[in-house]
Amino acid sequence: MPGVMDIKRKIKSVKNTQKITKAMKMVSAARMRKAEDAMKNARSYANKIYELVGNMADRVEADSHPFLTARKEVRNVCLAIITSDKGLCGAFNSNVVKKTLAFARENKGVNIKLICIGKKAYDFLGKKEFEVLSKYVSFGGKITYDEASEIGDKLVDYYMSEDVDEIYIIHNEFRSTAFQVAKVTKVLPLSIEKTEAAETTDYIYEPKAEVLLKEIMPRYINFTVYFSLLESIAGEHGSRMVAMDNAARNAGEVINKLTLTFNKARQGAITNEILDIVNGAEALNG
Amino acid sequence: MAETIRLELVTPVRQILSEDVDEVIAPGVEGDLGVLPEHAPLLTALRVGELAYRVKGKLDYVAIVGGGFLEVNDNKVIVLADDAELGREIDLDKAIERKLKAEAALEQERKSDEKNFKAVEIELMKELIRVQIAEKYRGAK
Repeated sequence: MPGVMDIKRKIKSVKNTQKITKAMKMVSAARMRKAEDAMKNARSYANKIYELVGNMADRVEADSHPFLTARKEVRNVCLAIITSDKGLCGAFNSNVVKKTLAFARENKGVNIKLICIGKKAYDFLGKKEFEVLSKYVSFGGKITYDEASEIGDKLVDYYMSEDVDEIYIIHNEFRSTAFQVAKVTKVLPLSIEKTEAAETTDYIYEPKAEVLLKEIMPRYINFTVYFSLLESIAGEHGSRMVAMDNAARNAGEVINKLTLTFNKARQGAITNEILDIVNGAEALNG
Repeated sequence: MAETIRLELVTPVRQILSEDVDEVIAPGVEGDLGVLPEHAPLLTALRVGELAYRVKGKLDYVAIVGGGFLEVNDNKVIVLADDAELGREIDLDKAIERKLKAEAALEQERKSDEKNFKAVEIELMKELIRVQIAEKYRGAK
């Protein structure tokens, strides 16, 4: 049986750990609320720009913009993988990594190039056989639209220079606080289904539709990147919150068990001492 | 016949306006354009500039900084701007300070690099428009 002092020390260390995990949970909860707000704010823009792009794609020819035209031969596929910079958030990052590896298995014929957004993606996948085009790390759990645009511009560059023929984003979709799903989204070329039945109130375009499309498309891509990042960040904090909550609860259980052992050991020591004294007294009387 | 038209102004970061207005005057790339209720469907790109809207005869201004699009459809004006700021929310002193900074940067870039010059020039235009609009509100404060 371990000594009383050893157990005491152990309880203290577990308690410290519990304090840390509890604090981390609080911090994540606050950050998640902020991230969720950012998402909510971005959603109205999201709805409108998706609608706009959908409307325009209905009305123009498929080959009027390179983003709308699928390439005949797909040799190079780019995956933009969004993960967090930090760990301690449950299966959040490994889900994305698994999805990426699954994607690679399903598409053996093509050459896969990666863009790693977030440190964890690079840590896991950078060491594998994939070619890493670029990496973005250390956002510190925050993202501005400008930063996202920078990544978006880069994606467009790779696509236009024909370094890659298709671009996908793999990120955690934010369903709820405790529930995120790794999702693969095709970004380029855009595959918007034509809705034939749509009423054709044709717009007055100023300037011409083709010129406008050139303006809209890059923004659409940038925004998609931005929104995916927002979702990922909200998900990261949600996931960490849940993970830290579990950790704090587990620590509580360990503490309970240790306290029990500690009390038993203490009681054992006292019993032993009393036995000694009683025995001594008996011997003197005897 | 509807008497007002719905104006919705959103940026990637937040929704800025959602209001029924009498008239919208927007900075289109091919010139300013006014939109009245029951306007025909229209889609245009915006440049950096000032967007004005009239509610009950009174004009209000918004700085569109960073360009974007304007869509008119179904008696709604939807403005998707890269960035925008309400006139009444702009801090004039800060805007002037930023304008001066942009001007200084412009002067410096003019000497060194032609390509960067363009980028900095756009920055300056953004700050200028902020100042212009904020000045309109100075008297009211």
